[in-house]
Amino acid sequence: MSKRNVKINVEYLTRVEGHGNIVVDVRNGELNQCELQIVEAPRLFEGMLCGRSIFEAQHITSRICGICSCGHTLASIQAAEDAIGFKPSDQTIKLRKVLLHLENLDSHLLHIYLLVAPDLLGVKSFVPLIDSHNKVVRRALRMKKTVNDVCDILVGRHVHPISSIVGGFTKLPTPKNLDAMLNLLYGMQPDMEATIELAATLKFPQFSRDTEYVALVSDTPEYPMLSGEIGSTDGIRMNKKDYRKITNEFIVPHSSAKFCKLSRSSYMVGALARFNLNSEKLVPQAKEVARAIGLKPKCINPYLNTAAQLVECVHSLAEAIHFIEELKGKGVDYSQEIVVGIDEKGNIPICAGNGVGAVEVPRGTLFHNYEVDKKGIITKANCIIPTNQNVNSIEHDMKKLVPEILDQTDDEIRLALEMLVRAYDPCISCSTHFLNVKFVNR
Amino acid sequence: MKKPKVAFFDFACCEGCQLQIANMGELLLDVLHLIEVVEFREVMSEKWDKDFDIAIVEGSITTEHAVERIKKLRERCKVLIAYGACATIGGINGMKNNFDLDKIRQTVYGKDYKYFATIKTQPLDAIVKVDYYINGCPVYIPEVVKVLKAALAGLPYAVPDYSVCVECKLAENVCMYEKGVTCMGPITRAGCNSWCINNGNLCYGCRGMVSNPNQNGAKDVMEKYHISVDAIKNKMDMYNTCRELKDEQKKR
Repeated sequence: MSKRNVKINVEYLTRVEGHGNIVVDVRNGELNQCELQIVEAPRLFEGMLCGRSIFEAQHITSRICGICSCGHTLASIQAAEDAIGFKPSDQTIKLRKVLLHLENLDSHLLHIYLLVAPDLLGVKSFVPLIDSHNKVVRRALRMKKTVNDVCDILVGRHVHPISSIVGGFTKLPTPKNLDAMLNLLYGMQPDMEATIELAATLKFPQFSRDTEYVALVSDTPEYPMLSGEIGSTDGIRMNKKDYRKITNEFIVPHSSAKFCKLSRSSYMVGALARFNLNSEKLVPQAKEVARAIGLKPKCINPYLNTAAQLVECVHSLAEAIHFIEELKGKGVDYSQEIVVGIDEKGNIPICAGNGVGAVEVPRGTLFHNYEVDKKGIITKANCIIPTNQNVNSIEHDMKKLVPEILDQTDDEIRLALEMLVRAYDPCISCSTHFLNVKFVNR
Repeated sequence: MKKPKVAFFDFACCEGCQLQIANMGELLLDVLHLIEVVEFREVMSEKWDKDFDIAIVEGSITTEHAVERIKKLRERCKVLIAYGACATIGGINGMKNNFDLDKIRQTVYGKDYKYFATIKTQPLDAIVKVDYYINGCPVYIPEVVKVLKAALAGLPYAVPDYSVCVECKLAENVCMYEKGVTCMGPITRAGCNSWCINNGNLCYGCRGMVSNPNQNGAKDVMEKYHISVDAIKNKMDMYNTCRELKDEQKKR
């Protein structure tokens, strides 16, 4: 190994959601410092929720993140309903699953095409690709728009969905709406085929670090996204109520963020973790794609999180179509449409309680936990987002990676690190409670 | 004609309004024919350290560091567009102004809360001059396109100063008050085509209040439907808390 010095300081890492810095300091070939610092301005959502009704929590917490607002919506609703012991109907659950698959599809497409592909094609962003890969850019924007249009029909819009609330939906899709959604999704299939072909040509960096992978697991044949227990590749299985025993948040003196660990020094959540735990439950088309691109569980190359996202895109598109077809076949029961502010009318009985929502959102397992009083007012709130859980794993990866690539130039090392962080698809504005942030003075 | 240089920046926010740009679909490529995007951290690695024509800024000001940063940004651009509720009115971030800042930080961060410097949430125009406002949480794409056209042509854009009810009536919705629901529509600026009410939810006031709300009309509505002042105040304390801050500043 070379006895060289490397000092890397990437301020305001680009093509990620939110604000983070990478700091690496190598002296005489020894790694002194290797951190992903989080410099997001604190937004204090958990504090702002106190004193608010659980019926308002979805509206507020969806604003934690614009990219995963549907995911926050679903975790928030689940926590609220769990706290008051409300059981949603089968129809509501089906519609929520459609929403979650659309969210997964939308977020993964954004990540694969606009955030990761530029690195693999050697450019700084999708903008130069408009000239060099016009068809690809158009396809990406078209696919994203399609998912958005389906979301518009289902919940009013994708960013901060409107009609999905505690108790059910304020607007249910008409038969015409269901047909329109199906048309859009079936119409997207040729673009999905082309996406798979493109992905097969992309070369991901080689790197591996064995770690623990955490995601929802269940005994049903369905790939668990909206419900289940929390499981890990090291054999852990726990009820979602015990989520704190999964995350085990702790503070380390050198670090910028609150860390999580379970059976080992770090664990990973997200598409790759879900694939590693539940790949046998994917739809056949998705399994086929995994085989074609050579993705096998247990995969320990974090750069391939993007490949796992592609496999999940195929799965989510198929499942969204499947659930909408089921709804269409059975017919939607419109008597289940609910009026917002239904609490004021007392249609949903409220009691004091403590509820947990655990949902697989694009970047991994998202936890919302609310304590509510007998009027349904939140007295305590806690949200642990996937990126919080992944930061520790990212740092462990960086610490293993840097010594392995010290023979490369500073620019190459910087790019490899940026690509590694991006592979996790971090969502830093989501990060509700990072501790001991060292603010970089600019 | 030289393409105007446009840059996107964000402060405390969810970045959902910037995401709305990517949600335009292929229309985005038409927009990109007209402008040169020189910086957009969420989707581009390119960085630009010189002056530019238009800054589109999302997010609200919640730290001293942000105060300095927005002042410097203002010096570098000819036109500044406040983009989304957090930037135009403080938005959902303003909810923290309902609390004592020490106490709310303690609630979230425990004993180490002092590490997290924060000030009262403020919209951009509390610190710098804003040339165009694109309201909403999130922004409404048709309005984004309208404002961009105006800004590129150097024409003014006036945000509608009538209530959401006007658009809601045109959309033929049943009034939320008729359903027994407290709605912010009567005092909230239009321009979103009553997006939320069309989808069965109520208006939360994310576009800010009309400049001259019909107070007597609102009183009549509240009396007719037996709605307490507290119920309205509770909803105003979601997106519109910074309004009071601005009133205080005017008095000073």
